[in-house]
Amino acid sequence: MSAATANRHLIQRLLVVVVAMFGFGFALVPIYEVMCQALGINGKTSGAAYEGVQVENEARTVRVQFLATNSADMVWEFRAKNDELLVHPGAVNEMLFIASNPSNRVMTAQAVPSIAPSVAASYFHKTECFCFTQQVLQPGQRIEMPVRFIVDRDLPEDVHHLTLAYTLFDITATKSPAAVAGR
Amino acid sequence: MSAVIDSTHKGHGHAGHDHHHGPAKGLMRWVLTTNHKDIGTMYLWFSFAMFLLGGSFAMVIRAELFQPGLQIVQPEFFNQMTTMHGLIMVFGAVMPAFVGLANWMVPLMIGAPDMALPRMNNFSFWLLPAAFAIMISTLFSDGGGPNFGWTFYAPLSTTYAPESVTYFIFAVHLMGISSIMGGINIIATVLNLRAPGMTLMKMPLFVWTWLITAFLLIAVMPVLAGCVTMMLMDIHFGTSFFSAAGGGDPVLFQHVFWFFGHPEVYIMILPAFGAVSAIIPAFSRKPLFGYTSMVYATSSIAFLSFIVWAHHMFVVGIPLVGELFFMYATMLIAVPTGVKVFNWAATMWQGSLTFETPMLFAVAFVILFTIGGFSGLMLAMAPADYQYQDTYFVVAHFHYVLVPGAIFGIFASVYYWLPKWTGNMYDETLGKLHFWLSFVGMNLAFFPMHFVGLAGMPRRIPDYNLQFADFNMVSSIGAFMFGATQLFFLFIVIKCIRGGKPAGDKPWDGAEGLEWTLPSPAPYHTFQTPPDVK
Repeated sequence: MSAATANRHLIQRLLVVVVAMFGFGFALVPIYEVMCQALGINGKTSGAAYEGVQVENEARTVRVQFLATNSADMVWEFRAKNDELLVHPGAVNEMLFIASNPSNRVMTAQAVPSIAPSVAASYFHKTECFCFTQQVLQPGQRIEMPVRFIVDRDLPEDVHHLTLAYTLFDITATKSPAAVAGR
Repeated sequence: MSAVIDSTHKGHGHAGHDHHHGPAKGLMRWVLTTNHKDIGTMYLWFSFAMFLLGGSFAMVIRAELFQPGLQIVQPEFFNQMTTMHGLIMVFGAVMPAFVGLANWMVPLMIGAPDMALPRMNNFSFWLLPAAFAIMISTLFSDGGGPNFGWTFYAPLSTTYAPESVTYFIFAVHLMGISSIMGGINIIATVLNLRAPGMTLMKMPLFVWTWLITAFLLIAVMPVLAGCVTMMLMDIHFGTSFFSAAGGGDPVLFQHVFWFFGHPEVYIMILPAFGAVSAIIPAFSRKPLFGYTSMVYATSSIAFLSFIVWAHHMFVVGIPLVGELFFMYATMLIAVPTGVKVFNWAATMWQGSLTFETPMLFAVAFVILFTIGGFSGLMLAMAPADYQYQDTYFVVAHFHYVLVPGAIFGIFASVYYWLPKWTGNMYDETLGKLHFWLSFVGMNLAFFPMHFVGLAGMPRRIPDYNLQFADFNMVSSIGAFMFGATQLFFLFIVIKCIRGGKPAGDKPWDGAEGLEWTLPSPAPYHTFQTPPDVK
């Protein structure tokens, strides 16, 4: 094998590595998603509505607190109707979040939920959530948005206290429904 | 060995009379050259220019931090200075310097006539001035240059970035392409162009460490390219890789970045390990202790560098098992690194030591790099990291591994091989003076940072609490001293190029390797006929 051929073969193989690693950078995106879902990292909750039914455990009470936060440039008024609920694992609970659009234009918002502590994220099931869809509000419009949830009976014993935090993002400008589907 | 010299001389003389020629004349020699020595020289000069530029940015930082309060620059500009200092030193000074050393020395060390892909070599060099011209030009733009730190975390570098971030992304792409081509070139040279008899396990360690570094380069530079491409798409094409509003996650950015970033720190230090492994035996007049273990230790470090990235992210909210895994994996790196430090010490043990300038830099490298390694171990402990992270302790740590690590490694290499490159000895007295001024200046600058860091002074902030004032003044004085000393280094190198005591083929009596079988200065074409390696 001549030197030129040897070089060409080697370069081809090395270029495959380069292209594969470029792809790997992008593959980290779904890998990260899967890892977050599997391990409950980052307090990410499942993007789909929970279909299961559980038996209420009245012997145990968990305090669930609600946080509503606007992202940096968001002008909506956004809050939870109550600061907290005392719930029994297994029971279906409901909390209302209130949003209003004080601006003079039609705006679209997306709420992104997060659970703290993050180990509890996979034990927090939403049967219905306004974060599954986007909200479009006319100027001055106000809505009450429900979230229904079940705290799993298998929630680790040392967790007595959960925080469900929503951050509301203005996505009027960059609205791309496909990118946020499944929330 | 005399047979080697004869065959080399014959090969070169024969080529000289036949169809080969010396360097072309004029400027176009440098633009069009495919000669590994020319390209190596250009890399080294480019890297030195970037070293002075990045250093002058550091001087701005230290001048502002000389006293508490804001005196010289505004916070916006201070942020641009910290960012550009980091970017230029990492991508413009340290990496090109090692590529330049590889270009010069790898073919000479393995008995190859040139790099395997000489035209690509030319291209990968000339991409760099273009990339840095673009990046530095952003400092003059209306919104200012990159101000988000050299780690350019999203959303600082996406949602909140200045307009010039697009230029920054393009510049990083160009540097990445340059580094990948450089890496491919070195792998092809080492694997395909070794002289007959030069088996892998006979290669000098500098070649070994560069071979491993080149594999790291082609493995992680594409990930960096992917990372900045995702930023570009988030900024301009409406995707949401790093934006929570669209279903992305800013923490993902840190995972992608540090998957590149941690191997990157070994890209910046492994070639220095190789150079020091050539220099310490030469001035100890003993063969390197534990050559084989050095090769395996370097490979282990390279492998481990891929599975420790999240130790940069202990406080972003990763699960406990993750913190434990990354903590122990990180501490494991101390084992192969310890093997290397042990081998260098054992090489010096009972050697006939002399302390010429390259050896001074190499010994300082071993001692001070070890200090940087120890502070790295402290940072590796996840629970303790909650206290240290984002303070000057981190700044002290990585400056101890990069300044007396990477940069002293480069200085040692330059002094060691300068006689081979120029044919003249540098001025030993001035060289030693350069070493001692650098050594004192560098320690004055960075050692107090440990203390202010442990006391809680945050990094990347232009102002600080009064309690940190004295140590910061000491740091600044040391930094000015270190910075000014490097102009002196420029003088020493120019003086050596212009003249000096003739070096002879092998100016260091303990030196080993094919490069010392060649005349000094090394002829334009070398090893046209491969040497015979016993």
